[in-house]
Amino acid sequence: MKNFFKRFYLAIILIFLYVPILVLIVQSFNAGRSRAKWEGFSLRWYGELFTDTRILNALYVTVSIALLAMVISTVLGTLAAIGIHAMKKRPQAFMMTLTNLPNTMPDIVTGISLMLLFLFTKVSRGYWTMLLAHITFDVPYVILSVLPKLKQMNKHTYEAALDLGATPTYALTRVLIPQCKSGIITGAMLAFTLSLDDFTISYFTTTPLVQNLSTLIYSAARRGIEPTLNALSALMFVSLLLLLLIVNRRTAEKT
Amino acid sequence: MKKLLALVLALALLLPVCASAEEVVNVFNWEDYIDESVLEMFEQETGIKVNYMNFTTNEDMIVQIDANPGAFDLCFPSDYIIERMIANGQAAEINFDNIPNFNQVMPSLLNPAYDPDNKYSVPYMWGTVGILYNKTMIPEPEQSWHILWDEQYQNNVFMLDSIRDSMGITLKYLGYSMNTREVPELMEARDKLIEQKKSGVVKAYQVDETKDKMVAGEAALALMWSGDALYAIDLNDDLDYFVPIEGSNIWVDGMVIPATAKNKENAEKLIDFLCRPEIAQMNCDYIRYSSPNVGAIELMGEEYTENATINPSQDVIDRCEFFNDIPAAMQAVYNSLWNEVKNAK
Amino acid sequence: MIRNLTLPWWAWILMGLCLCGFVALVVITVRRNRGMKRSLFAAPYTLWMILFTVLPVLLIAYYAFTDANGAFTLDNFRNFWDSNYESNKVILEVMGEDGAAYVTRGTVNVDTLVYSLWMAFQCTLICLILGYPAALFMADRHMKLGSTLVVLFIIPMWMNFLLRTIAWMSLLEDSGLINSFLKALGFNGVQLMYNSGAVLLGMVYNFLPFMVFPIYTVLNKMDYRLSEAAADLGCNGWQTLYKVTMPLSVPGVISGITMVFMPSVTTFFIPRVLGGGNTMMFGDLIESKFLTEGNWNVGSALSLIMMVLILISLSILRKADPNGEGGGIA
Repeated sequence: MKNFFKRFYLAIILIFLYVPILVLIVQSFNAGRSRAKWEGFSLRWYGELFTDTRILNALYVTVSIALLAMVISTVLGTLAAIGIHAMKKRPQAFMMTLTNLPNTMPDIVTGISLMLLFLFTKVSRGYWTMLLAHITFDVPYVILSVLPKLKQMNKHTYEAALDLGATPTYALTRVLIPQCKSGIITGAMLAFTLSLDDFTISYFTTTPLVQNLSTLIYSAARRGIEPTLNALSALMFVSLLLLLLIVNRRTAEKT
Repeated sequence: MKKLLALVLALALLLPVCASAEEVVNVFNWEDYIDESVLEMFEQETGIKVNYMNFTTNEDMIVQIDANPGAFDLCFPSDYIIERMIANGQAAEINFDNIPNFNQVMPSLLNPAYDPDNKYSVPYMWGTVGILYNKTMIPEPEQSWHILWDEQYQNNVFMLDSIRDSMGITLKYLGYSMNTREVPELMEARDKLIEQKKSGVVKAYQVDETKDKMVAGEAALALMWSGDALYAIDLNDDLDYFVPIEGSNIWVDGMVIPATAKNKENAEKLIDFLCRPEIAQMNCDYIRYSSPNVGAIELMGEEYTENATINPSQDVIDRCEFFNDIPAAMQAVYNSLWNEVKNAK
Repeated sequence: MIRNLTLPWWAWILMGLCLCGFVALVVITVRRNRGMKRSLFAAPYTLWMILFTVLPVLLIAYYAFTDANGAFTLDNFRNFWDSNYESNKVILEVMGEDGAAYVTRGTVNVDTLVYSLWMAFQCTLICLILGYPAALFMADRHMKLGSTLVVLFIIPMWMNFLLRTIAWMSLLEDSGLINSFLKALGFNGVQLMYNSGAVLLGMVYNFLPFMVFPIYTVLNKMDYRLSEAAADLGCNGWQTLYKVTMPLSVPGVISGITMVFMPSVTTFFIPRVLGGGNTMMFGDLIESKFLTEGNWNVGSALSLIMMVLILISLSILRKADPNGEGGGIA
């Protein structure tokens, strides 16, 4: 009985979280443009999706920025984590404050501060400034997921490798990095997801010329959402879900 | 992991492709304010690539143009903003030799007050501000702005989230000029708007969302621009539009080349293309605002001339007023009055 | 995209210098590597953070304390306190003595801030009330649901949050799904949208997972034998919860509160979509200062005030969880 109540409660919360998503997916199959009226099943919006260059461009910008930001911030972040780990107490504390700074800043302030930087230096905003901003908010998350792994590691492993004749580079690539691999992967995934979903910071660091999906949706939302965007997000949702299932099965097989 | 790297590299290789040096024109227009197939036709005919971008209100646009010098080659501001751009040196002089189709523009719209020598702008569309209403909910609406304050329409009015429009019609309702700079009159308008909000008739303050919501029957009344109203009427027969008896705003949106534009000649080519009667007709059929293009109006025939929304009678036009730009200092007053309206609970 | 990267000459020089510094640092790092200076690996990151986090924040401060001409001023903060500060000056200038009757203190900015804090407080409270039991049940060992449920909570976040919020609009509208359903059953429609209730719903919907995860992480790491011991010593279920589980989950709760409260105060899309622009939140205000009024100085002052407020509340919260044990979303 008690367990039933717990399951029931969790089910209600999950329904609350999933209802809008279901609505969205159902709407993407609606033949009409209307949000509320069902005018028959159709794949029309999926067809139009692939001819809408604005949406495809935005998709390209979103995905390419997420991937580039992920790679660059993972490299930068991993190196930084190794560096910070090797520091003495004081500089380490300073670096940690610096790393935590973006987390304590609301997105809108981060976005605006970067916008001011670009306006002040007269750098015209667009693809590159958006990428820069994404790397900036991604790196701390990479550091925060790699650092704990380094701390768990035996302090002397690295030195032992050196004593046994490894060059510092060799010790780094063959000893240090493999040891914190799981942290690096978590950090990279986190960076990718954050970058994919970001709206506020992108909004302030680009112009209407270069739009990612979020900013495109934002401007489209004002005149009533295009059903093609529903179709796109339904597709992205399902593909991410499939990816998750595949990854899950693989890890299940391994263990 | 290796596959991922390969993918990233592939993407990185793709990037320069986007940057291949081709002729472009960067267009900055209102949301939903062009038939986009017209742009495709322009691309095919001239080989110039059109980068098309949108804004929501005049005020947003001018800030963007300021903040991104060189990003835009052609923009579509309203009359009073054109006046401001010319005064601030933000507009480039257009070379009219490149725009032979300029002779299609209605004579009555030439040399307007906002651009007295007609050196900086070419009219794109014009229209009025009025009330869109749902006939099933209000069979015989009172032909006055008062209807937007009528308490029997609780929660049934969409207002425009646009400073000049909402303040302007309130000033008209109170019997003042839309261009007044008299503080007491402006304050009275603010109080009237706050009264309207507090009485509970206002459902929402928004801009582009309104037309779809009116089509869906979300509310009985909406403050609307004529073309948006017509767009909604086309989709829902229950809707109709009128310009209240006290008069309203009549406006012209012009095509202006920002002073910082990098592809001025391409922008001029596009202006000329948009002035071509067949193209102006296509555009007008799509966005449903009034056309300043004589040739296009001829092509559209009776369907255009007999529609009172798109082609208002001289009597309506006489009652209406153009916006003049307000000086920067006065804009501060407008902004803070409008913020007080939005903040009222 | 690349074509649009046009810079003034001095920006190129600055960038060149940065690049030289970067290369120099890398060279030093590699050379010093023999001498075991691994800490230099953090150099590129440090440079990056200084350029793109510290410098921009300093710029906000710069704009907040200067006027349009770049001269030092505190007017922007006066503007926060009295939103009519600018316009009152204009009124007195235009009308002279007569203007005095029209001069009042504008409370828009302060009101909006208070309203945002109030909304954020309600949102955090609701998330806590809804989220704590959810996290508790997820962590329940007898249910064996934990990791699956975590995934189920994460998945919705993969769908663009703007779209999810708009989807709520199609549910709540007068002509929306819920009202159509009610009307089909013969009831009268209810006004669900265009009010602060709808905004609150949108906020809770978007931020609830941020409350559940940290609490779940902490509860999951908790030694379950502690509650068993409590039960052996005679506590009933409620007492165990109240005296053992809850105190131990405080770090998670603190972390959850932080992660919900901060984005709630600064939300700026939800009020516009679900509240129909009837109410303004502080995020909307800042955005309109920058993008509609084009007033960077006042906008910066407002951002700075918000940042300081958040830093203060964070440091108060951190006192309650000095070791920072609360798990984040990671």
